[in-house]
Amino acid sequence: MNRGTIRPKPQAISIDPKVAVNLSVNGETVSAEVSVRMLLSDFLRHELGLTGTHVGCEHGVCGACTVIIDGVAARSCLTFAVQAEGTNVRTIESVADDDGSLHPLQEAFRNCHALQCGYCTPGMIMNILSNLESDMPMDLSEEGIRVMLSGNLCRCTGYQNIVAAVRQAADALASR
Amino acid sequence: MSTRAFGSRIQRNIDPQLLRGEGSFVDDIPLANALHVAFVRSPFARARINSIDVTAACTHPGVAAVYTCDNIGDLDLELPLLIPHSSMTDARTQRPLARGDVYYVGQTVAMVVAVDRYTAEDAAALVDVDYDPLEVEIDLEKAILDGSPLVHPTHPNNIAAHLVQVSGNPDRAIAEAEHVTRVRVQVDRSTAAAMECRAVAAIFDRVTGELTVWDGTQAPLSVRGGLASILNIDEDKVRVIAPNVGGGFGQKVLLFYPDELLVPFAARHLGRPVKYIEDRRENFVGSTQERTQIHTIELYAKKTGEVLALRDSFLHDTGAFIPYGIAVAQVASTSIAGPYRIPNIWVEFKAVYTPTVPVTPYRGCGRPHACFAIERAMDQLADDLGLDRFEIRRRNLIGDDEFPKLREGLLFADGLPVSLDSGQYHKALEMLHDKLDVANFAAEQQKAREAGRHLGLGMAFYVEGTGLGPYEGGHIKIHPITGKVYVNTGLTSQGQGHDTVFAQIVSDQLGVKVEDVILVEGDTKAFDWGVATFASRAAVVSGNAIHKSALIVRNKTLTAAANMLEASADDIELRDGAAWVKGTDRQVSLAAVATATNPLRYAFNESAKAATQFAPASRHDGPALGEGQAPGLEATDYYSPPCATWAYGVHGAILEVDPEICSVKVRRYVCIHDCGNMINPMIVEGQVMGGIAQGIGGAMYERIEFDTDGNMINANFVDFLVPYATEVPQVEILHLETPSPLNPLGVKGVGEAGCIPVGAVIASGIDDALRPFGAAPFQHIPITPSMIYAAVTGG
Ligand code: FES
Ligand code: FES
Repeated sequence: MNRGTIRPKPQAISIDPKVAVNLSVNGETVSAEVSVRMLLSDFLRHELGLTGTHVGCEHGVCGACTVIIDGVAARSCLTFAVQAEGTNVRTIESVADDDGSLHPLQEAFRNCHALQCGYCTPGMIMNILSNLESDMPMDLSEEGIRVMLSGNLCRCTGYQNIVAAVRQAADALASR
Repeated sequence: MSTRAFGSRIQRNIDPQLLRGEGSFVDDIPLANALHVAFVRSPFARARINSIDVTAACTHPGVAAVYTCDNIGDLDLELPLLIPHSSMTDARTQRPLARGDVYYVGQTVAMVVAVDRYTAEDAAALVDVDYDPLEVEIDLEKAILDGSPLVHPTHPNNIAAHLVQVSGNPDRAIAEAEHVTRVRVQVDRSTAAAMECRAVAAIFDRVTGELTVWDGTQAPLSVRGGLASILNIDEDKVRVIAPNVGGGFGQKVLLFYPDELLVPFAARHLGRPVKYIEDRRENFVGSTQERTQIHTIELYAKKTGEVLALRDSFLHDTGAFIPYGIAVAQVASTSIAGPYRIPNIWVEFKAVYTPTVPVTPYRGCGRPHACFAIERAMDQLADDLGLDRFEIRRRNLIGDDEFPKLREGLLFADGLPVSLDSGQYHKALEMLHDKLDVANFAAEQQKAREAGRHLGLGMAFYVEGTGLGPYEGGHIKIHPITGKVYVNTGLTSQGQGHDTVFAQIVSDQLGVKVEDVILVEGDTKAFDWGVATFASRAAVVSGNAIHKSALIVRNKTLTAAANMLEASADDIELRDGAAWVKGTDRQVSLAAVATATNPLRYAFNESAKAATQFAPASRHDGPALGEGQAPGLEATDYYSPPCATWAYGVHGAILEVDPEICSVKVRRYVCIHDCGNMINPMIVEGQVMGGIAQGIGGAMYERIEFDTDGNMINANFVDFLVPYATEVPQVEILHLETPSPLNPLGVKGVGEAGCIPVGAVIASGIDDALRPFGAAPFQHIPITPSMIYAAVTGG
């Protein structure tokens, strides 16, 4: 490499057209200018620093990017940031208490060894949480839980312990 | 003494962080002002490159640089061959960016660096490459025929390696045999599909001259060594960190992927942080894969079913390059006799270049293939001789008193002879027989058939050579301020829970809580020596190294505490984070002992103040440290296994085939498993269940498909089917614990175990279910609905 080579300074930002978005993320109001094609997953992770939401496929199959938008589990990789205008978005970072103590669902995951690498875990938790918090009754049969999990891939655990964790969390929450 | 941590189901230290979304995977690490990479990849399986025009890409707004083979300096080289072997001639490896030729769809041709990934991808589309496509042959069996198009003109018939291994005297045994069973089996290509794709980020600090690289690799120490030598930087100025990694399964043990060199290179060249976050499509077309093998296996037996000799000849697809050497094929060939006595073995393979994504180990690394071959052959032999599938195995399994069972002449992937060290194979088989209630199954099956339902029982035995050398190390230090114990090793974790199992080992020796043992690994600044996480070796090799270090620290602690408490070391016990004089309440905290063993100390805290009250602290009769003494309570030791230690198990399933819709439902799945002494059964079961899920994928769903031009036609999760919770059965696990005689902890590896026999179990079960249809046995996985349709319709 030539020591004297001029290193051109790239333009600081891309030339993508920008739009304003206003939304609530984990209870905080967010106003930002985003590229029209920025994915919500990228917005959360790289613009807001909420890197707990993971990206496993970027084509809507693995569920690693699941967040809760207005109470409903949604894939942040299939959502543009601009589409989140006016919504309430919740991510994994909002689930534990402020002091870090785990939510009963997170506790159940730990108890049941329902995570290994932990990459799929935030998406799993947000999906399950949206079900636990919904008004619809949950089908806690083996089959029912597996169907509920069937939008989230996990390559490590074989799912069995995740099924157990869902059951344990549902029991813990019901007895509260 | 508090209860032993070793052997307990202890929750993992790492979980709270991961559960709160506070893990730090490569792309989570904030790098101010980072630039992002996108690659231009070959659209052809084999082509000549006439020209590459980067003009438009270079001037695209937001682009910092575009690299081709012409402007990457010393990186324009053939990447290293990781494991040389004499069976290969002129082994071919890839160049970071193609020069002149491309060899598979997805091969990296140019690299664009831009302000964000979106812009980088736009610019990559503007790179204009002029190719002359060449003829290709994707089919493995055709690729070796005379006249087939060659991947590398240097390699006639596309043969990358050829190896024959012999144990015993197969020719003589074959002549004596009364029966021969011959089976052709095939396993198709798959991929690890870790949920986190690969990722690399780098910064180069011009002030200190230090290069820091975050790499989702299984082998950071090797990456450091390679980067230092290829980029010509002192090893100490290169730091490679594998932070949290979202699954590896072998794919991340290969080095170097082009990006692992090019990203650090660009970071140094451009003076800005650079990152490459592989997307899923790139993971399919650009990161290595495994599995395709075609075996023709013959069992030469007596009429009683006793197998006298085995002959196996197989083709192994190595893809366009062979960077990892013959590891996969070698493991398959040396595992081919499985758990059976079979005294005479002749096994041959040819590794074959095909113009496809290169092949390197994926969880199992040849073991699932070997297991599929021998187990399908055993089932066939049983059928041929009119014996039950359990009975044929009873007559051939190695007996408990026959260990160690040496297979002289077969060299395993560690270069050492295959020697199965311990086990209770017969007991495991009977446990499966009982647990699956095999005795009553035939009646149940018959009843179901009368009701129009097709139940089948499948089973397969497997062995797994684990804990391969050469060595690993462990460093342990008791922290003088907090009394917490820090442990370093050269490995990385991709979810296996090292931080907990290694802590359990240390906790028992030093009498501290498991959560007070802090493991630091995956960082070349934390520990300098070691190999990597692969081949089910962490617990065995690092585990024993850490155990040995812990014993040294334990002795140092006992000596120092005895001195402080004015007792004999034999009377000291370590528990609850302190050293106690047995049977008394006299104690001193480990923090105080650690402080007292460091002559230069300040009374920062209570334990330091406490330390000053003890004898060695006020020693004035000579230098504070005697000759040969070192401050603190720490030690480093290493463990180098004499050879692999062999875990094993047997799986069985009851499944139901619906011939109408050609579906398979696994009703019960039972796993009997023995990996020696278990450090943490909860984690062992997690490994086994995860492996079984991958095995289910390989048995029925996952197949990488190429069209005849070499395009991968299912390079996404819509078309390549990774099982969801709805496809994976509930697994019932029973353990046996036969200690390994080879290492102090008596442990064996477990990482790959689960996935090994599943294909054979499912095939055996489907065969059993479809017997009334007179279908030929299923000798090819994954078993798809179309294959079942063909079987039940006689097509
Ligand atoms: S990353 Fe969104 S579904 Fe996979
Ligand atoms: S825990 Fe690794 S992907 Fe689920």
